Amino acid sequence: MATAQMIACVTLVILGMGFMLVGSIGILRLPDFFSRTHATSKSDTLGVMLVIAGLIVFEGFTQSSLKLVFIEIFIALSNPVGTHALGRAALKSRVKPLLTGRVPRGES
Amino acid sequence: MTQFFLYSAVALTVIIAVPLIRVVKGPTVYDRVVGANTIATKTIVLICLIGYLFDRVDMFIDITLAYAVLGFIGSLAIAKLLSRED
Repeated sequence: MATAQMIACVTLVILGMGFMLVGSIGILRLPDFFSRTHATSKSDTLGVMLVIAGLIVFEGFTQSSLKLVFIEIFIALSNPVGTHALGRAALKSRVKPLLTGRVPRGES
Repeated sequence: MTQFFLYSAVALTVIIAVPLIRVVKGPTVYDRVVGANTIATKTIVLICLIGYLFDRVDMFIDITLAYAVLGFIGSLAIAKLLSRED
């Protein structure tokens, strides 16, 4: 394996691990439900995509690498959609945001 | 390189264990569901890394695709269930 390929793989995997660690700490530490959905939808998606990009660089041009590209596209589409559905469900059943303390207009 | 993937898998296991605290002590049911969704998303990466550890990448990537689809559909179904009007 080429050295540049290995360095790129290790860099991408460690960057993705850092983003996922930040997402986990955000899930644990943020004060509100809606800010927790912020942590899980953005930083987790980016972390998973970076780690799988590192695995694609490690793999090269094979069939498994094509399937990893499919996984990456599916994660980029599905994870924000699922989190948005959960946030919409919480808004419909009147979970109050922390700062304003009232349910925003337009819904319910 | 296998050793790097092993250490990454161990670190990822520690990272996955953190939202479990939120699942256990979440104030509302939505916090628990968001924590479970986060665990499902990170388990995808963990299964890929385990495939590289066992040198059976093709089989484990198929398992990963099925797991991703099932986690997404489960999250959407729970959101649909919880979004009923009172």
